[in-house]
Amino acid sequence: MTATSPVLRAANLSRSFRVRGTGQEVRALRGVDLTVPAGSAVGLVGESGSGKSTFARIVAGLLQPSSGELELMGTGVAGLPERRRRRLAAPIQMIFQNPRASLNPRLPVHRCVAEPLLAQGVRPARQEVLGLLDRVGLPARVADLHAHELSGGQCQRVAIARAVAGRPALIVADEPVSALDVSVQALVLNLLKDIQEESGTSFLFISHDLGVVRFFCDEVNVLYLGQIVERGDAESVFADPRHPYTEALASAVPDVSDVPDGSGADRSRRIVLNGEPPRPEQPPPGCAFHTRCHRRIGPICDETAPELLPTATGLTRCHLRA
Amino acid sequence: MTETPTTPMTETPPADPLLALDRVEIGLAADPQVRAVDGLDLRVAPGEAVALVGESGSGKSVTAYAALGLLAPALRASGTLRLGASSYDLGDPGALRPLRGGEISMIFQDPGTSLNPVMTVGRQLEDVLRRHGGPPRRERWRRVVDLLAEVGVAAPDRVARAYPFELSGGMRQRVLIAMALSCEPRLLIADEPTTALDTTVQAQIMDLLMTLVRDRGMAMLFISHDLGLVAGSCRRMYVMYAGRVVESGPVADVLRRPRHPYTKALVGCRPTADRRLARLPSIPGTVPPIGSMPSGCRFAPRCPIAVEQCRTADPELRAVGGNVSVACLRASEEES
Ligand SMILES: Nc1ncnc2c1ncn2[C@@H]1O[C@H](COP(=O)(O)OP(=O)(O)OP(=O)(O)O)[C@@H](O)[C@H]1O
Ligand SMILES: Nc1ncnc2c1ncn2[C@@H]1O[C@H](COP(=O)(O)OP(=O)(O)OP(=O)(O)O)[C@@H](O)[C@H]1O
Ligand code: SF4
Ligand SMILES: [Mg+2]
Ligand SMILES: [Mg+2]
Repeated sequence: MTATSPVLRAANLSRSFRVRGTGQEVRALRGVDLTVPAGSAVGLVGESGSGKSTFARIVAGLLQPSSGELELMGTGVAGLPERRRRRLAAPIQMIFQNPRASLNPRLPVHRCVAEPLLAQGVRPARQEVLGLLDRVGLPARVADLHAHELSGGQCQRVAIARAVAGRPALIVADEPVSALDVSVQALVLNLLKDIQEESGTSFLFISHDLGVVRFFCDEVNVLYLGQIVERGDAESVFADPRHPYTEALASAVPDVSDVPDGSGADRSRRIVLNGEPPRPEQPPPGCAFHTRCHRRIGPICDETAPELLPTATGLTRCHLRA
Repeated sequence: MTETPTTPMTETPPADPLLALDRVEIGLAADPQVRAVDGLDLRVAPGEAVALVGESGSGKSVTAYAALGLLAPALRASGTLRLGASSYDLGDPGALRPLRGGEISMIFQDPGTSLNPVMTVGRQLEDVLRRHGGPPRRERWRRVVDLLAEVGVAAPDRVARAYPFELSGGMRQRVLIAMALSCEPRLLIADEPTTALDTTVQAQIMDLLMTLVRDRGMAMLFISHDLGLVAGSCRRMYVMYAGRVVESGPVADVLRRPRHPYTKALVGCRPTADRRLARLPSIPGTVPPIGSMPSGCRFAPRCPIAVEQCRTADPELRAVGGNVSVACLRASEEES
């Protein structure tokens, strides 16, 4: 790995799943290009079922891509023997979407947290583990409990403490703060920023919380039906979305000012997506979003697939691009 | 705020609730003095959506589990649950069982661990329908597919035939929502029901839930850490800290003018800032672990306005006007 090579580079990455009992396939990822430069935080947002976790699991080596290339730390993984692949992925830590299921139920919390260090042959002092727990706002008492004795947010924080324990080069975080109240969420995000600064850790950060992505990420990628439909720096993508799907996502962020004022008036700015969500077995022809798009221009949208092309601030996959 | 005729009925604690939880205490079975929840009262009326928010680990989920008689064996509850005209002892989980999945249903916080991994989700939904007198056998599958379509999953027929591991996090969460709604409960307890959903699907699910509340008179206890979502859906809210309710009242009042220092701090932590901050504000310190609660106010060690008395006197939840109740010795002093 050279100083400048990205920690993660995916090129034209695709993954399909066979649907049992039919000849069909779910096309979970369709030609995704994505790069995580060393030391940066790259966000991945998008519709539920659009392929975010599939991408994360391919990076973690839990799934094979159907086609396309994947490079970790500057080395292509295709055709690597399992042992070399695992060695290459050693500096990568995952925070899974379902924190409770990702913790070994038979181990006390302090062992779960120490796991990545033990894997490196380092036995951390108890004090070090307690220090990590403290940084995610968990009292020392938690160290001797098991996952089933913890609340949802406590499990999630244990998973985070474990992920940062070994100071990895890359953390793939799938909804890492979704179960946390705002104060604890802030504590954890600040910690992740500190780790990034102290150790140069990079992040692939998957989240449905656009506010969190905007705070934490340098760049954001918006996925729809297995394809990236928009990319840009996190600030401009949400402040000035170029793709209609991103626009709809950003418009539906709940806000404290949504509290009804008694007038009965609907003050929402929300763009409602009409129409059935398309099936990933049969992505619509033309623009994949055209069946629900509130800005559809005309037949071109139904017939011609737009490409991911540059705008003033990033990339977008829409014929409206201006 | 004074009571005016235009104040919607639902903003006052209902005199005739569907659900009333009284004096709920949840402690370790091995050591009942160690409590996760310590003296909670809560009401939800038919056609009312009520929020339960609070610090991670403050006791929201265990309260919900206790109401369903589903606490882990290591925990024991006491207190009463009233549902309409009937009363139940929370210490007797067996008595609560008949209510589950019929009168009361719940959307669990962990979609990943609440489904049977070796059965297709369609079969699991069919089972729920069968147990609760759903449509006759021939029509059951049709109903399952319809239910999945209602919660907005693409390709509901494929999803019905899939095993949980073949679904995304948000799809599993919507399967659980469909399951909870399939038996048309009178009371729905929704524990972080939309955390795995993108904002547009989340909005669609909230529309569905609010339609059931408004049109079918379903009562909903909505557990969430998303204050924006609470603002847009619920009329009243309870704020928990370290096993206690520290503030309750109409959502509009509590969010616009929080009075408990914890609520104030929580509302202040929202990442609302449009510009990029170097760091997010968070409440300094950590929540005390169950079993070592400080004497006096449980928030005192982290409270910016605590005085000596806060460390010795345990504040009661008391009305401060406008249907708001606050458990803080200094709540009214702060006002003036
Ligand atoms: N092992 C599998 N077998 C079959 N289909 C799968 C499998 N894993 C994922 N899929 C399908 O691939 C698609 C993408 O799933 P994925 O979990 O990547 O979505 P996601 O973007 O993470 O969604 P969410 O935000 O809901 O977690 C879904 O349609 C899902 O059903
Ligand atoms: N089986 C158990 N044995 C011992 N303690 C438990 C058990 N289950 C929960 N607890 C403790 O009870 C407290 C309350 O947990 P609960 O799950 O209700 O929190 P919560 O408010 O739902 O938090 P979150 O927002 O993180 O989900 C926590 O401190 C937790 O550690
Ligand atoms: S290409 Fe057409 S249908 Fe697709 S997002 Fe743009 S305007 Fe909408
Ligand atoms: Mg996912
Ligand atoms: Mg919980």
